[in-house]
Amino acid sequence: MRKEQDVDVASQWKLVWWGFKRHRVALVCGFVTLAIYLVAVFAPFLAPGSGQKTNSDYIYAPPQALQFDLDTGLYVHPYTLKQDPETLALSFAADETKKVPVGFFVKGEPYELLGFIPWDRHLFGPENPGGPPMYLLGADSVGRDLLSRIIRGTTVSMSIGLVGVLLSLVLGIVLGGVSGYFGGRTDTLIQRVIEIIMSIPTIPLWMALFAAVPASWSQLERYFALTVVISLVGWTGLAREVRGKFFAVRGEEYVMAATADGAGRLRIMFRHMLPSFTSHIIASLSLSIPSVILAETALSFIGLGLQTPMISWGVLLQEAQNIRAVSTAPWMLIPGIAVVITVLAMNFFGDGLRDAADPYKH
Amino acid sequence: MEEPLLTIEGLRTHFFTSEGVLKAVDGVDLAVPAGKTVCLVGESGCGKSVTARSILQLVDRPGRIVEGSIRWKGGLDLAALDPTGEEIRRVRGGEIGMVFQEPMASLSPMYTVGAQLSQALRLHRDLSRQQAREEGVALLRKVGIPNAEQRFDAYPFQLSGGMCQRVMIAIALCCDPALLIADEPTTALDVTTQARIVDLMVDLRAQNDMAMLFITHDLGVVAEVADEVAVMYLGKVVEHGTAEKIFNDPRHPYTRALLRSIPKLRGGAARRRLTAIRGMVPSLRQVPEGCSFHSRCDHAIDGVCDTTAPPLKRHGEAHLAYCHLDEVPAERLDPAVQVTGRSAVEEAEPLLRVEGLAMRYPIGGGLFRKPAGFVRAVDGVDLTILPGQTLGLVGESGCGKTTLGRCVARLIEPTAGRILYREESGDEVDLAAVTGARLKAYRRQIRMIFQDPFSSLNPRMTLQQIVGEPLRTSGIAGGSELRDRVADMLTRVGLRPEYMQRYPHAFSGGQRQRINIARALITGPRLVIADEPVSALDVSVRAQILNLLTDLQEELGLTYLFISHDLSVVEHISDRVTVMYLGKVVEDADTAGLYRRPRHPYTEALLDAVPVPDPALRRERRTPDTGDDLPDPAAPPPGCRFHTRCAHVRPESCRTDVPELRAYGERRLAACHHAAQLTLAGVGSTAREVGTGG
Amino acid sequence: MLRYIGRRILILIPTLAAISVITFVVIQLPPGDYLTTLTAQRAAQGDSMPTGELARLTERYALDEPVIVQYWQWISNILLHGDFGESFDYARPVSALLAERLPLTIALSVSTLIFIWVVSFPIGVYSAIRQYSLGDYGFTFLGYLGLAVPNFLIALLLMWIGLQFFDLNAGGILSPEYRDAPWSPAKVGDLLAHLWVPIVIWGTAGTAGNIRVLRANLLDELRKPYVVAARARGMPERTMTITYPVRVAMNPFFSTIGWILPGLIAADAITSKVLNLQTTGPLMLRALLAQDMYLAGAILLISAVLVVIGTLVSDIALGWLDPRVRLRY
Ligand SMILES: Nc1ncnc2c1ncn2[C@@H]1O[C@H](COP(=O)(O)OP(=O)(O)OP(=O)(O)O)[C@@H](O)[C@H]1O
Ligand code: SF4
Ligand code: SF4
Ligand SMILES: [Mg+2]
Repeated sequence: MRKEQDVDVASQWKLVWWGFKRHRVALVCGFVTLAIYLVAVFAPFLAPGSGQKTNSDYIYAPPQALQFDLDTGLYVHPYTLKQDPETLALSFAADETKKVPVGFFVKGEPYELLGFIPWDRHLFGPENPGGPPMYLLGADSVGRDLLSRIIRGTTVSMSIGLVGVLLSLVLGIVLGGVSGYFGGRTDTLIQRVIEIIMSIPTIPLWMALFAAVPASWSQLERYFALTVVISLVGWTGLAREVRGKFFAVRGEEYVMAATADGAGRLRIMFRHMLPSFTSHIIASLSLSIPSVILAETALSFIGLGLQTPMISWGVLLQEAQNIRAVSTAPWMLIPGIAVVITVLAMNFFGDGLRDAADPYKH
Repeated sequence: MEEPLLTIEGLRTHFFTSEGVLKAVDGVDLAVPAGKTVCLVGESGCGKSVTARSILQLVDRPGRIVEGSIRWKGGLDLAALDPTGEEIRRVRGGEIGMVFQEPMASLSPMYTVGAQLSQALRLHRDLSRQQAREEGVALLRKVGIPNAEQRFDAYPFQLSGGMCQRVMIAIALCCDPALLIADEPTTALDVTTQARIVDLMVDLRAQNDMAMLFITHDLGVVAEVADEVAVMYLGKVVEHGTAEKIFNDPRHPYTRALLRSIPKLRGGAARRRLTAIRGMVPSLRQVPEGCSFHSRCDHAIDGVCDTTAPPLKRHGEAHLAYCHLDEVPAERLDPAVQVTGRSAVEEAEPLLRVEGLAMRYPIGGGLFRKPAGFVRAVDGVDLTILPGQTLGLVGESGCGKTTLGRCVARLIEPTAGRILYREESGDEVDLAAVTGARLKAYRRQIRMIFQDPFSSLNPRMTLQQIVGEPLRTSGIAGGSELRDRVADMLTRVGLRPEYMQRYPHAFSGGQRQRINIARALITGPRLVIADEPVSALDVSVRAQILNLLTDLQEELGLTYLFISHDLSVVEHISDRVTVMYLGKVVEDADTAGLYRRPRHPYTEALLDAVPVPDPALRRERRTPDTGDDLPDPAAPPPGCRFHTRCAHVRPESCRTDVPELRAYGERRLAACHHAAQLTLAGVGSTAREVGTGG
Repeated sequence: MLRYIGRRILILIPTLAAISVITFVVIQLPPGDYLTTLTAQRAAQGDSMPTGELARLTERYALDEPVIVQYWQWISNILLHGDFGESFDYARPVSALLAERLPLTIALSVSTLIFIWVVSFPIGVYSAIRQYSLGDYGFTFLGYLGLAVPNFLIALLLMWIGLQFFDLNAGGILSPEYRDAPWSPAKVGDLLAHLWVPIVIWGTAGTAGNIRVLRANLLDELRKPYVVAARARGMPERTMTITYPVRVAMNPFFSTIGWILPGLIAADAITSKVLNLQTTGPLMLRALLAQDMYLAGAILLISAVLVVIGTLVSDIALGWLDPRVRLRY
């Protein structure tokens, strides 16, 4: 049991944390989310390769099983290509006689960690970089390693969620705050604008806006165009939330008490009101990140978002677009699992956070 | 002895929460004889509602009846029935009716009141739709709803709280129950409405010859309705007896202390300090060992009361108390409050004069539309407060008290009028015209105590930050000096300075109100506006806070504007009283004069509605029945605003001419055309005694 | 009530105007104007634009006038003549293309909406009444899953499973043999047999969302004092739940149409590639990729208008169902 005295002097954040800890599922999902972001940051090191190296010998090579024995440690069996004498169809077969040893901290393709630390070690991978490749999750249509591609894709997919939401946050807080602070006509006007934007189906609007991005733009430019487009449409929900919270807090007697204490407008805003909704804003932020991730995935999937050579989960799924590809290489759907796990974890986490965001409810 | 209608024995209802087991009801014994009214009293959280709900198996998860029996009519054990079963459903509504605290919320907003009433009727009785309607309209008439035909088809949100409560009573009575359980049926209502609902319930009980279990925390209401009284404390009944016994010869120290802690209308008798009960009701998580009251009892016997549960003692027939003492020692009467020096200031220049103050709020309106109208919350009010005095401001909810207080504190911008405040130098300034930085200086001199102890303290700031905020914003003090001053202030309001680093959630309602007071007083103000500072508090704590306010006034020479809807509290604390109705002052007089002999019919109606905590003074209502409903403040009645409800309304001028506030005798003002001719009844006097005027 | 409807409709006018402006901006967004694109395209195909044609198009879209005039020309053509412009990609009037595809889109959307309501209503009520039961946990998890799985992924999975294990080709709304056949009972049967696939796919997210909304609202309502009061007058639990709290909780349920409809339209656009339906979604996608902006703009405009009308209908239904809304205006 927690000591009474601790509770008495516990600040808002402590109470939120204690409340959040009681949601077991949310807590676990919080750690999963954190882990995924760590993967996003250290992706080049964690992935066995860059995911860009093509290999025409291994087109649609199926996933290999990771094996272990005491002599070699971890290893996989390399593939040999077989041709069916009758149908002439090519198929991969594991060559049980040979072993490709898999090691940790192996040398491989060089990269720049965090964008500026050049390095060539990978967490794991085939011990001999020049030897037969490893395809733990299979290969794609040009023989690239799907596992590496999924891990590398984490960076773009996760950061687009964050950046897109941050842009909406700025828009949402400024407009929602203005709406809530001034009230009256300003508020009515902003509310009408929000309603109009909300009544336009988002995805088609995103599609239309993004279609206007010139094909000549670089990958980075496309990336930022995408976040801008997503947040231009996505700020409305957040603005409403901020405004609603603003009105609720403005009606609290302690805000009036602050006026009576002689606090100025700015002090009332930042010292008395803002702390009351930061936790709520963080909760709704964490709930809107997954929807941005889904939006990116959808847009890239239909070819209106990011494109190769940039790697994101949406781009990866684009390759699984036609049913023939899926039926020959079902593992091409694995990036979808990454999307689902991430979105699930973040939703559970966000919901737990939202439930804990107001520790003073009762 | 005849078998009682309802017998509760050893009832225990516990809540199995994630933080442990809450023993909300822990061994309650209670009997309700047929045809009698039993009142269940006690402070908030002592288990009154849970007891009532247990009777009908209405306790929600995670609550459960874990032990005990509830015998109905000597046979059926209600506690043993399946909460969703057929048998209990026949009892609910059919044999036992129930009325709740929040009348509006107790009716579904999606159906007309008539539909809900008919449904209840047809549930237990075999009626056709048409019959149910006729029966329903008749019931609505019976509970005193005017225009019952039309009201039958109204939705709950189209009716006032009082009307909704009447509908709830009609629903509860629809099958002639043998017992009516009423859980705080008047707490959410205004004084005048409360009085009328209480009357109605007393009448109906007699007419239908049913029994009533009436739950309330208001001892005045108890005295008005009860035949027997059961007093609860922390999940147990501690004393049970007839109303006369409980009020005149209480045997349990808790009952006695409760009775002494309520301010009574004294009609000009000497003002005394209230006798507060020490401390506060402990949390249900930490019920004290032995006698659960020992932590607050003045007569606790060391080594006995804190270890052994008190035995049941009989004091004559049907008077039981659980206490180790056979006889509670008599306490001495607290001395009358010193009123020295107060009369001396009578001649002083007023500290505050409010002239023609008005505040109107627009209603409706949008981006391109003009507002549909205005609510004149305050409509041309004049007030005068002398230094060192307390001016009480009373009126029903919605009459503009709070708006007026906030205008004076300059928390909202009045639309018109002057607020003339006399500075220490003796110069008068019009606060309504002061703006910006200059206003800051006055914010230090005029302070405000807020009503809601929960919403008025920022839960995210520590006590030091909350109480120190006015010092910081005006740059009076900072750092260690601020800390010292906060510590000093906390000590003065009865809190330990070590609490400075705690957050408000660590404190109970009463303690929070002390924090509120500390924040108001830390700047050394001259005028304090207290807006319903005790209405959210329990009786025992209320007395502590009222005493604290009185002490601080003496000590610091404060002037109070005390806003409240509770006439007993206002009488207790005020030197002068101003009565407001629909944004206007209707009467202004010194306290004794106003309470003894009101000059305005509205004041008379208010005083008449105050329940007196003495069953011997239980009286017939004098004022004839008028409407429950306060008129729409956006469209107040023409002429005298009170004429729709006035018992003395006359055909000449009342409905057409607005009465001016006129002087009647020295420093007595009233706004009634006929004030000079009317003889109205006050406290300790009846109209008959004074003479049959009018 | 009439005042309420009147106000709703009045608010609609500026909303629609704003939507049309946004759509027009979207049409104007791609670099270069319509004519340049068209000329370039024709040039790429090896034939040049006849001068008369050029003049006719300039005249028709008021291309040499200021933008305001262009907008006016565009919108008045739509409003007065039902003329949405011309698709250069298909070289046909946009309105003709829409007429082919819109009915199926609307039919599918409405069916999906009904599907969502029919499925989510009992589940939502069940989850709230049996809060924290095994069933509730199960449905809650399924709900989270439904919101987390992109609908194109469901489409891919369904088709892959169909192909892999049942040798089915679920794509398209009709089996190949009926595609050009005249309407017959067999063709209708075939249509229905195929229809459930897009309905399930489009409806998953909406159903999941709706269950959450209904569950949360009903839980709120179940804690209201009027529930205890109704119990206290002896109402049977089931009747009481349905007449009182469920009745109130249904209102926000109906107003979810405001976000379900846009979701369906988005689903149409995204799953179209996989499902191969003859709806407006694939048309829009192709138009966007080809920068066939009059066509894309028209679809965007119509989708938005449909959503607005859907919201209006649900608002009116709400006013009719909920006396608090009806009587306060
Ligand atoms: N659903 C619940 N879950 C947990 N505890 C509960 C629940 N309902 C009531 N309690 C607890 O039971 C105790 C007794 O409550 P009850 O409502 O009976 O008090 P009361 O005497 O009626 O007070 P009041 O005057 O405030 O109405 C309280 O401490 C309350 O916190
Ligand atoms: S038993 Fe003891 S503590 Fe309890 S009320 Fe009696 S005297 Fe006081
Ligand atoms: S003026 Fe007339 S209506 Fe008003 S209070 Fe006096 S008697 Fe009553
Ligand atoms: Mg209660």
